[in-house]
Amino acid sequence: MRGLPIAKLIAAVIVLTVVTSVIMLIPNWNGEQASTAASKIDTLLDVIIVIASFVFSVVMVMLGYAVWKWRAKPGDESDGSPIHGNTRIEIAWTAIPTVIVLALAVYSWITLSDIEAHDPNRMVVDVYSQQYEWHFDYPETGTTSRELHVPVNRQIEFRMHALDVIHSFWVPEWRIKKDNVPGITTRAYITPTKTGDFTLICTELCGIGHSTMRAPVVVEKSQADFDQWASSQPPIKSDEQQGEKLPSGPTTPSQVAQ
Amino acid sequence: MAGVIAAVFKNPGWWRALAYTIIGGAIGFGLVVALRKISGLPAFQTQQTGYPQVIVPAITAPLGFLIGIGCFDYWFRWAIGAPTFPKEREHENHGAYSWRDYFKVNTDHKVIGIQYLVTTFFFFFVGGLIAMIMRAELAQPGTQIVDPSTFNSLFSTHAALMIFVFVIPAFAGIANYVLPLMIGAPDMAFPRLNALSFWMLPLAGLLFLGSYLAPGGAFDAGWTGYAPLSTGAPLGQSFFNLGVQFAGASSIATALNFLVTIVTMRAPGMNFWRLPLLVWANLSTSLLVVAATPFIAGVQFMVLFDRILHTNFFQAAFGGDVVSYQHIFWFYSHPAVYIMMLPGFGIVSEVISTNSRKPIFGYRLMALALIGIVVLSYSVWAHHMFVAGMFSWLRVPMMITTLLIAVPTGIKIFSWLGTLFEGVIHLKSTAMLFALGFIATFTIGGISGVMLGMIPIDIHVSDTYFVVAHIHFVLFGGSVFTIFAGVYHWFPKMTGRMYDEKLGRIHFWLTLVGMLGTFIPMHWIGMEGMPRRVADYSATFGDWNLFISICAFILGAAQLIFLYNMIVSWRFGPKAGPNPWRAKTIEWQVSSPPPVFNFPEIPRVVGGPYEYGVPGARHVIMPGEEAEIKQPERAGVGAPS
Repeated sequence: MRGLPIAKLIAAVIVLTVVTSVIMLIPNWNGEQASTAASKIDTLLDVIIVIASFVFSVVMVMLGYAVWKWRAKPGDESDGSPIHGNTRIEIAWTAIPTVIVLALAVYSWITLSDIEAHDPNRMVVDVYSQQYEWHFDYPETGTTSRELHVPVNRQIEFRMHALDVIHSFWVPEWRIKKDNVPGITTRAYITPTKTGDFTLICTELCGIGHSTMRAPVVVEKSQADFDQWASSQPPIKSDEQQGEKLPSGPTTPSQVAQ
Repeated sequence: MAGVIAAVFKNPGWWRALAYTIIGGAIGFGLVVALRKISGLPAFQTQQTGYPQVIVPAITAPLGFLIGIGCFDYWFRWAIGAPTFPKEREHENHGAYSWRDYFKVNTDHKVIGIQYLVTTFFFFFVGGLIAMIMRAELAQPGTQIVDPSTFNSLFSTHAALMIFVFVIPAFAGIANYVLPLMIGAPDMAFPRLNALSFWMLPLAGLLFLGSYLAPGGAFDAGWTGYAPLSTGAPLGQSFFNLGVQFAGASSIATALNFLVTIVTMRAPGMNFWRLPLLVWANLSTSLLVVAATPFIAGVQFMVLFDRILHTNFFQAAFGGDVVSYQHIFWFYSHPAVYIMMLPGFGIVSEVISTNSRKPIFGYRLMALALIGIVVLSYSVWAHHMFVAGMFSWLRVPMMITTLLIAVPTGIKIFSWLGTLFEGVIHLKSTAMLFALGFIATFTIGGISGVMLGMIPIDIHVSDTYFVVAHIHFVLFGGSVFTIFAGVYHWFPKMTGRMYDEKLGRIHFWLTLVGMLGTFIPMHWIGMEGMPRRVADYSATFGDWNLFISICAFILGAAQLIFLYNMIVSWRFGPKAGPNPWRAKTIEWQVSSPPPVFNFPEIPRVVGGPYEYGVPGARHVIMPGEEAEIKQPERAGVGAPS
């Protein structure tokens, strides 16, 4: 590997990394940030974009250079240099990626425990999903609604229940997603930071109505506004106050067969 | 008349297959109806998930077909102590002498390899056509061409066909043809089992496609078939459960065959450090298949039992555990990702080394990286379930192993690049173009895989078009590119003729551009908020989806060039010599196509497989060649230079 223009290749990698990173960092890929988690997840995304640009640039520069430099001339039937390997280089390209991915794992872990930290003053909302609609119970006011309303700047604990098949709860602006699973209660935590209207999207295939299984999400300006709205809603149906509800509907074969 | 009927039942072939298929189906159907009559039930059960009068024949008719076509004749005779075949007829079903022999049960690994490839590419084009219909529907928001129910069936069958009856068996087909030649073996270790493996495959594909005829339409719970959506789905889902059994059994039997072949049938001198990397890759893949595939077979049986026997494996109301389906499913289906990639790594190693006239850079580390991937890939499955509601602490260890698997994968990418350095790189081979294109596209797929492995990012993009983009970068940019590389590389060996290089180049560039145009924007719309598996979507994504659909049609049309090139070149292409690429491995040292038993005598291996540029080095001494050629010292593969 002697005679390689190493300085030029490194310069090319750096230039390509910078150009790719800058282009990739300009768009706001994940859309609006409307929760405390959103900015943390997006920062993590920015970091991985820079590292990814670097890895991509290394591969592309090496690939491009090799093909440009050592492309066979027509009629050339000779062989290349009989190089079988280089232990030092091989150790380097095993060790360096290991360090990079472990660092990414640690950073992801820190971000994860950060966005999932619980606030003792959080509000609980029970989420119920079934083919193909959502409804929400608010234990604080004892009311229920087909719209999800939450106050701004207060952590919400969503307790999720599926009434037939698996559904998944996703509000892209909040960067939150959790499956609703029949038979168990799953939980997700989020602190909305922006008022306004959003959309809850089902992201787990749940049948023919999956594409249109949406619910409106409204983040209220204050706790008072939320309380006012919530207390105007109808009361929770009694059988749902237990929290867990057994699946129903035509999805269990035993019921189908009856 | 009686003589004709007797001949139909005596001679294996299509007439007997037809007869036995009907008989098998009738036995299954009669059994169900009779048992229900005895039990005082109505003869037919037509509730949504039941249909035993369809399910049981759907098992017995394919078995009848396999017996009728002749997969079991030898074994049955042997088992009952009857004379098997007279000596002079022993090799009657071995080797192809006319095109008709490709439509019979044949024990020649080369014939089986071709059978595999033609069959799998048939399903590739069917699956591709389904993708075109989906992209036509998705070109605009709203529903125009198909209703949501049909759309769900389309993406489910697209994935099932592409995964179970195209990518996995296409690699098995290439390896079937090439691997015994590469290790200097006259055939696979178990030729009759090999034939049975092949004939189970079209049955799996036909079961998947046959589900379109079922009341309620084809299976529509995705190829992942998550319970309880799948346990409550219409009849078509049972066809998926059964199709996976045939594809899985085929896969497991082939993997066992490869393992025994590689371990016991290497030519003298072919030690493990002299194996071509394609053989290493199939050794690793087979280790994954034999241990992981039984899990998907098992879990599909559990779903089938929930559906027709009313067991409650996944019925939460009756004590079943819904999330456990996903654990068992992904315990197979994550290793399956490597089952669909490792053989491609092997192909790319052969193609790049040959066409850059260089030994593989870091051969031993390349082989060890494959084994590293095998070990790690069993410990990453739950990264598909970061938002699935599983035990939350399991997420972090799975994230760490998931990110670590990027290391052996990276080693392979860097080693291929190292192989290119200081080589003499020939770009005229279409196989080489696909191999180099693969390095670029697979790097992108690997990077998005690392992103998906990071839990906080996965929480946002899981189940969105970002995931669709990622899997197509690894399965199309990875697996399909390498399958193309393999088919182009060994086409002259398999057919004895050259393909049209110009059409090959057009195919490559259109495929690359179409692929990038189709799958890159999917990352963006996924991150911005478009979920996967939807027939309808928010109008904000309309422009990008139209662009994606146009690129997808280019991608689809480009494959017709490939089809034309293969068919016409197979028939009319210029004759290829035994070794058009001047490669060193054994399959290129015999005629194209090779003789029926590969070698008149077993060759003797005397060195590594990629000794390009090493003065006087040889990989193999073929029968009849002068044995006087001296092997220079330190020509062993992997010796540091």
